[in-house]
Amino acid sequence: MQIILNGEKTEQQEGLSIAGLLAQLNIGLERVAVEANMEIVPKAKYEIHLLSDGDKIEIVHFVGGG
Amino acid sequence: MTDNTDKLVIGGREFNSRLMVGTGKYASFEQTARALEVSGAEIITVAVRRVNLDRSKESLLDFIDPKKYMLLPNTAGCYTAEDAIRTCRLAREAGMSDFVKLEVLGDEKTLFPDNEELLKAAKVLVAEGFTVLPYCSDDVILCKKLEDIGCAAVMPLGAPIGSGLGIRNPYNIRIILENVKVPVIVDAGVGSASDAAIAMELGCAGVLMNTAIAGAQDPIAMAEAMKLAVIAGRLSFKAGRIPRKLYANASSPLDGMFL
Repeated sequence: MQIILNGEKTEQQEGLSIAGLLAQLNIGLERVAVEANMEIVPKAKYEIHLLSDGDKIEIVHFVGGG
Repeated sequence: MTDNTDKLVIGGREFNSRLMVGTGKYASFEQTARALEVSGAEIITVAVRRVNLDRSKESLLDFIDPKKYMLLPNTAGCYTAEDAIRTCRLAREAGMSDFVKLEVLGDEKTLFPDNEELLKAAKVLVAEGFTVLPYCSDDVILCKKLEDIGCAAVMPLGAPIGSGLGIRNPYNIRIILENVKVPVIVDAGVGSASDAAIAMELGCAGVLMNTAIAGAQDPIAMAEAMKLAVIAGRLSFKAGRIPRKLYANASSPLDGMFL
């Protein structure tokens, strides 16, 4: 299935969870936030939230800023 | 001499340092970390951006201990209330507190705030339980509106972001100080240590800056200068300056003159 991940088209396995996606990307759970189709996914739901074809996922964190 | 009882209180939290520092525009993450340490700042601003999917690259938080500082996420780059609200929600999910530096920009050239959108966003965010610190124009009517909405502080600009022009309208800042009860923090415009001291001598609760330190030829030295300027300005404000007079007033006594 196709997922738009941080603005880029990516191919992902069916049945992948947010937790699975973060693990695959080697991203720790601390101090990141995830949005699926403009809705925030709470950390408690990372395991059970499964991705669907065409989902738009944003994974954000803190960078330097003023 | 630092007065340890003179705490800055924002949203029910106490801080010893009245200097808040941004984390953008440094030459390296090592330099960012060192400047922050030397500045003595306890509140540091950060931006919310996409994670780099190339995990071989380092990120800011690999260099900064988030337990040592309170991270204050900003909404830099947001031009609508909607985008700013979305950014704040993400920041709260990623971070550890409800504090946000709310900025809604009106224009890329001036980076002046869009105050109409700012008020809209502030209302929603306060209702959602955020501790909102809004970057705003140096306008007392607006600042009072932000206070009435429930913002924990107001952060009027001294001059455009990154301009280094200093406090262009100290009288506006004074009027704001006389009419709002929440902490007034000058955010943006400071260029040198004397600018920071002026903001503090006016009676501001604190100063927030980024470019003045990060863009200095020696950011570490400037971080220290800013730390001292904020302390000096605060002490000077609390000590109460002499009134300005047009003519001289001799410091040595006339009594006992032998000429």
